[in-house]
Amino acid sequence: MAQSDAPKLSIRGLWKVFGHKATGGDVPASIATKSKADMREDDGVVLALKDVNFDVQEGETFVVMGLSGSGKSTLVRTLIRLIEPSYGEILVDGENVLEYSEQELVEFRRRKTAMVFQHFGLLPHRTVLENAAWGLEVQNMPKAERLERARETLEMVGLQGWEDYRPAALSGGMQQRVGLARAIAADPDILLMDEPFSGLDPLIRRDMQGELVRLQEQLHKTLIFITHDLAEALKLGTHIMIMRDGVVIQLGTPEEILAHPADDYVAEFVRDVRRTSIVTLRTLMEEPGLQVRESYTPSKAIEEMARVGVVSAFVVDAEGHYVGVVSFNSAAEAKQRGDATIVNACISDEYPALAVNTPVESALPLVQHEESALAVTDSEGILVGSVQPHTVRDAMAQEAQEASDARESVGSSALEMEQSSLRTSSGNAEEEKTTTAT
Amino acid sequence: MAISSPSNKKEKRWKGFDIKNHKALILGSVGFLAFSAIVLAVLGPAVEFPIKIGRTISEGIDDSIGWATTSGAWFLDPTSDGVLRFLLLIKDFFEWLPWPIFIVATVIGSYKTAGRGIAIFAVVSLTMMGSLGLWVSAMETMALIVVAVILSISIAVPIGILAARSNLLDTILRPILDGMQTMPSFVYLVPAVMFFGIGDVPAIFATIIYAVPPAIRLTNLGIRQVSSEIVEAAMSFGTTPRQLLLKVQIPMAVPTIMAGINQTIMMALAMVVIASLVGAGGLGEDVNRALNRFQPGEALLSGLGIVFLAIIIDRVTQAAANERQKALMGER
Repeated sequence: MAQSDAPKLSIRGLWKVFGHKATGGDVPASIATKSKADMREDDGVVLALKDVNFDVQEGETFVVMGLSGSGKSTLVRTLIRLIEPSYGEILVDGENVLEYSEQELVEFRRRKTAMVFQHFGLLPHRTVLENAAWGLEVQNMPKAERLERARETLEMVGLQGWEDYRPAALSGGMQQRVGLARAIAADPDILLMDEPFSGLDPLIRRDMQGELVRLQEQLHKTLIFITHDLAEALKLGTHIMIMRDGVVIQLGTPEEILAHPADDYVAEFVRDVRRTSIVTLRTLMEEPGLQVRESYTPSKAIEEMARVGVVSAFVVDAEGHYVGVVSFNSAAEAKQRGDATIVNACISDEYPALAVNTPVESALPLVQHEESALAVTDSEGILVGSVQPHTVRDAMAQEAQEASDARESVGSSALEMEQSSLRTSSGNAEEEKTTTAT
Repeated sequence: MAISSPSNKKEKRWKGFDIKNHKALILGSVGFLAFSAIVLAVLGPAVEFPIKIGRTISEGIDDSIGWATTSGAWFLDPTSDGVLRFLLLIKDFFEWLPWPIFIVATVIGSYKTAGRGIAIFAVVSLTMMGSLGLWVSAMETMALIVVAVILSISIAVPIGILAARSNLLDTILRPILDGMQTMPSFVYLVPAVMFFGIGDVPAIFATIIYAVPPAIRLTNLGIRQVSSEIVEAAMSFGTTPRQLLLKVQIPMAVPTIMAGINQTIMMALAMVVIASLVGAGGLGEDVNRALNRFQPGEALLSGLGIVFLAIIIDRVTQAAANERQKALMGER
């Protein structure tokens, strides 16, 4: 993902206190020093956001996580001034949104952002197609053009054939697809999603999360995603910001948050998550070891292997793309045949590469019957490392041990079992994808 | 234990009537009794109020209405003229309209919106009105109602919209609307006659005062009722306030606004007899005349005519509002 240096969105010292009339300028001491409870008691005002600071890079998925009352929904609304913040700065592409005039704000909402809502917020008196075209209609785009664009977007989210129905005729999941289509059709830089999947049942939610990941791969929007579900946050987020009572508790990558929870509040969330479904091979992999070019002569390959003292090596092309594995024996055979290069001696079918962002859990079935190290490649197929099958198996075993310890201490529930079996089945689906991709 | 606890509580409460906590109540009652005894002893049972200003104020109001009538002529006369012209236009139309066309049009309209039952009712009741000799009066009443309702709506909907967008206006408006609805209509008949003379125009004026409040209230309510998430969602895409009003709030408030219009029509019909006191024609005049001549039969028939009109109009407008509501809920 390409990232420029300047952040797309930058929040500086953002405060929101409901019931408090902002004075402009700096945050007054009466607000800055008090706790949330004291404020409610003494002044009858409600603290929703306390000195929030963060940056979002272009194209990333920034997840804001917290329980209800943590200020996360207020935060996302202040970004487009559906709720006016009390103090602070909201910089989008370097411009302070809070300094916009009424007209500039309307224009900003039309061009730069679009939002998806928990309860969809669709217009009940309009058809699915007209709803999807809403953002464009507001921009005064001619009717034929906007309906055409809306139709294309509905197709992207898999709703072709439903254009002329009213939202009430659709299931919750489908209504949220309309909400998603409406947001995407307006072609914003930044997509704001306020608990978009929280109202959906678990299977549909998983479906929609997958859909979002797929769309994001196509569209590369900057995503601000609000959720109360850590599993969802970990699945989608490139960065996660955890909030409680309007205060930012921790901000980091999913792996940082799993590895080093900032306090007990975060640790409490993390406890329920199966780490192996989140942590990727990147954390387990080692240096790739000996690499030989596919253009090497067999004797040169043999020479290299003998020098390092191994019986096989990864083969890469001139750009570093993974090609396969060559063994000492196959290279020797190629030499006897008189081959000019080792291309024909290289075995690729039996040694598929693993994608570096494969969760450990999903990688397990792939390494189950392997003995030697497997290649790990990035999204372009470049060899970046290797992973030993036993490392993956060990990680899984450790997780299982921890899980069973936890279960003994809290007692297992049927729901948990069900969830874990669901997780495994989805893991298998992902694994199929990885296999076909490599 | 849990079962026996309520009776325990009750007992406790009886026993625990705590004098300390009711000190103010007891002191107050004793004080009040003492005050009453002193008043009765000193002034006797028939005490007169020391201040009497009612007459001065009412005379002042009389004077100012009289003044407004003469010096407001530049405004009142053209208004009166305009309303009259509009009324004559509508009246001419209804009088010109041959009764078979009116009946067939009504039946088709009510069948389309309200269904077979009301369509049959419309045929029977309209035919009856014709054969009872009420047709001409009924058409005159229709013309009056149509004009009063059109004027009421064109006043009520904009005011309702403004009230929905401003809490201040809403607060100011509420007691005024309460007053308009509860003030006996005879009270504003007199100034209406002073302003516009005897005839249909003051009748329409009085009808509007009586019938306009529900339409204002329900327009206001309808717009305020639009779910805040839908409004937020619409706004998040960059609607101007005007787009929000025209494309989201008003379309979604239509069923409620239509309920308000339905009530306005019903209240206008209820004013028909009272309006005839200041010279309005139609079925109301018939009832009024029968009353003066002591003809209960004639009065009953004309009254039935008003009832028939009311039922047909009520069912048709209600059905139309329900239809719209269903469309909003997505039941097509």
